[in-house]
Amino acid sequence: MFRQAKWDEPLIFELSHPGRVGYTLPKPIEDVDVKIPEKLRRKSPLNLPEVSEPEVVKHYTRLSEMNYGVDSGIYPLGSCTMKYNPKINEELATHPKVAFLHPYQDERTVQGALKIMWELEQWLKEITGMDRFTLQPAAGANGEFTGVMIIKAYHLDKGETQRTEMLVPDSAHGTNPASAAMAGFKVIEIPSNENGTVDLEALENAVSERTAGLMLTNPNTLGIFEDEILEIAKIVHKAGGLLYYDGANLNAVLGKIRPGDMGFDIVHLNLHKTFSTPHGGGGPGAGPVGVKDFLKDYLPVPLVSYDEENDRYYLDYNVPKSIGKVKELFGNFSVLVRALTYLKIMGRDGLKEVSEVAVLNANYLTQKLKGTRGYELPHKELRKHEVVFSAEPMRRDTGVKALDVAKRLLDFGMHAPTIYFPLIVHEALMIEPTETATKEELDAYVEALKKISEEAYTNPEVVKSAPHNTAVRRVDDVLAAKKPIITWKMYKELKEKGEVDY
Amino acid sequence: MAKHYIPNSAHKEEMLKEIGFSSIEDLFADVPKGFIKEFNLPEGKSEYEVFLEMNEILSKNKTVLEMPSFLGAGTYFHYIPAHVKYLIERSEFLTSYTPYQAEISQGMLQALFEYQSLIAELVGLPVVNASMYDWGSAMAEAALMTVRLHRGKRKKFVVPKHTHPERMQVLKTYAKGPGVEVITVKWNEKGQVDIEDLKEKVKDAAGVYVEIPNFFGLLEEEIEEIGKIAHEAGAYFVVGVDPTILGIVEAPGELGADIVVGEASYFGNPMNFGGPRAGIFAVRNDPKLIRQMPGRLIGMTKDAEGKRAFVMTLQTREQHIRRAKATSNICSNEALVAVAAAIHIATLGPRGIKELGEVILKNTAYLKKRLSEVAELPFDGVNFKDVLVRFEKPYPEIHNELLKRNIHGGYYVKPHFPELGESALFAATETTRKEWVDALMDALREVL
Repeated sequence: MFRQAKWDEPLIFELSHPGRVGYTLPKPIEDVDVKIPEKLRRKSPLNLPEVSEPEVVKHYTRLSEMNYGVDSGIYPLGSCTMKYNPKINEELATHPKVAFLHPYQDERTVQGALKIMWELEQWLKEITGMDRFTLQPAAGANGEFTGVMIIKAYHLDKGETQRTEMLVPDSAHGTNPASAAMAGFKVIEIPSNENGTVDLEALENAVSERTAGLMLTNPNTLGIFEDEILEIAKIVHKAGGLLYYDGANLNAVLGKIRPGDMGFDIVHLNLHKTFSTPHGGGGPGAGPVGVKDFLKDYLPVPLVSYDEENDRYYLDYNVPKSIGKVKELFGNFSVLVRALTYLKIMGRDGLKEVSEVAVLNANYLTQKLKGTRGYELPHKELRKHEVVFSAEPMRRDTGVKALDVAKRLLDFGMHAPTIYFPLIVHEALMIEPTETATKEELDAYVEALKKISEEAYTNPEVVKSAPHNTAVRRVDDVLAAKKPIITWKMYKELKEKGEVDY
Repeated sequence: MAKHYIPNSAHKEEMLKEIGFSSIEDLFADVPKGFIKEFNLPEGKSEYEVFLEMNEILSKNKTVLEMPSFLGAGTYFHYIPAHVKYLIERSEFLTSYTPYQAEISQGMLQALFEYQSLIAELVGLPVVNASMYDWGSAMAEAALMTVRLHRGKRKKFVVPKHTHPERMQVLKTYAKGPGVEVITVKWNEKGQVDIEDLKEKVKDAAGVYVEIPNFFGLLEEEIEEIGKIAHEAGAYFVVGVDPTILGIVEAPGELGADIVVGEASYFGNPMNFGGPRAGIFAVRNDPKLIRQMPGRLIGMTKDAEGKRAFVMTLQTREQHIRRAKATSNICSNEALVAVAAAIHIATLGPRGIKELGEVILKNTAYLKKRLSEVAELPFDGVNFKDVLVRFEKPYPEIHNELLKRNIHGGYYVKPHFPELGESALFAATETTRKEWVDALMDALREVL
């Protein structure tokens, strides 16, 4: 049985002992007398912990032991792909020749870095069927924002100022409508049909001369391939809109199908999902954006180009209609190094194998779990990289919700699926095993979900009070929102007033 | 050949059979004909071959360890204590996702809560989010936030003309979405915000922004005054700060800032050719401000047994709940970069932070003194890290000559600010060595 480390580890502030130090610093070059103007000099106390290096090391080591990562076990978060990250990526990404590079170095001294970016772009172009990429966006949502700003710039450039609406299916990731709204678009939601795909009639009715574009992921968040994609593309293009590909689900078609061939004009990729970059508890990621030729003049600056004649890579700021910058400098470079390393090892056949096995694993799990009491499989059976089950029957019969199922899975040493998403499935459990789960892990996952179903119908309390084997028991998020304590500073004040007992 | 890490390549037939499919192709039966094709990509290689190939490519880089560098301008060479890297590379941190399941992610949640707390102490504001992409994106989102706080009735965001160009460009892109108007204020003869010009431009502003230190590396002496002018005009006061200065300079929260942004990656993270970074985003403890802030917040709470626990909180502001009405689209952030920063800050403690600031201040002053022997310094004032130097010769020529002597000179400023002539920013940090400065001076004397 799984048991997670429970260290009751204090906050680093609570480990403080005056006088302890964990650092050494070089002396100044010369003891020049330089005074900070009185009105700027720090007068307020610096309430930082005073701890020695071994204390720091033990503290964060213990915290890490109370954390679950891809290396700890199965992590099948749907739409938030977490796959195994080969360690060679890490070794190269933290290489001194990466770490100690200043972004403003003369181009002659960073030819290796520029070559890495250029080579990565060539891979991404072929994988997506796009013509030019920016590697600047720091994450998927940053890429989406880049993409919709490009769409905006394109329409404005053509004088079509009336194109103020962005279409987004109701099954889309929350970042899609949020990114469109940030770019100043009005978001129009397109309903899904009974197959779980875009309702063509609703789409026909929604498009107009106000349509700037449609943001779509294919396969979609239900794990279903939008088989009418050519028709969708036709409707959007005919109305004068552009088709945007959210690459969060590219894992399912990697090395087999290209968004560019399906009619998409613009694509963002999540290197931290598809190209095996660890996600660090929430980032850094990277969200490169690729476009078809007619949009390349709108990309953020600079682009990385290659001068064949002189065999030199260079940063190209000559992008005539560029939207500007969406992030400082050139993006999350060390993440780019990981992605290229991964691609070179996998190669053409490896990438194809990734999507095929990911799809096999998802369907294997679907078929094995299907028919289990309490879980329902809405929409079509054939899935791509992920599957969404509904725990609605279980909730109705026993009061055990998707959230409880998720929490109980943690007791088995397995990460929960994504829950309550997409919004169109009640009590959604969205499972994406990826290509890295073993057959035994898949079987064990199905067994655990079956066991939980059994428990729900015989002893629902054990599920509702889960988890039992983790570092802490079920966390009170209502209290956290009701009485926000975001920092030690806030905590101390409330503690002094006697308003918290934890 | 099956790729080495994919376990079920060995079980395809068996698994297909078990679920009633005869081939992998059957699993792609819903894909319209013609979509599936062979890609024009190289064959995969062994790990060793790629290791060699990548090393070969990387060898074409010349790092600051191999060549004394005086580059700064927003990216700085700081030394990172070795244990920081070892701790953040613990795979339970490194390979975890956003902590959606709090009970199994307490380590990352507590580490991020500590990051928020340490930054709060430095900047003097009690509410800090778990990171933005970088200083630029934090500043741009702060601008949008001040406009939202005015319910769109005020759309002007006032910034010094000498705001860092990278940040200015990010701000301008973000501003195009909701139609925020970016208004710039001149600098005065001291290279600091021209207060009179600010007073003229502040009317109807949603927010006023200033940087510590500014793009020229100078401390803006009238920070408090600028804050007062902003507040009197009904605008929010946003301060951008390099946090490595905060041991010696007053916390921006104490100087009147409503929102503080900045760059957390200066602690604990290498330069990495400019990324990843982590934007600081902090606000006053005011529900109105908290409701409008972007990004993920980690909060303290208790578990079912009354034990202290940590969780992502106030998510109703965020995109996965509020969708088009979210305060921001930011989802993936820079969590690991933030944790590295936290570990470094905790290691330094109050004395280390103060000492770090003092060493940088003195090294900058030394570099400035030496540079003044051979070139003009257009602005006088207190410099931290960057110093603006003006030459008579075209700077690119000087730069080339320095490179020939294995020295990487400063950052050429003219492309952004032609009115400053042949000037460049030269920077020092605690890593700058006397031998480097001596070599630079020898070279400059030869070249000029």
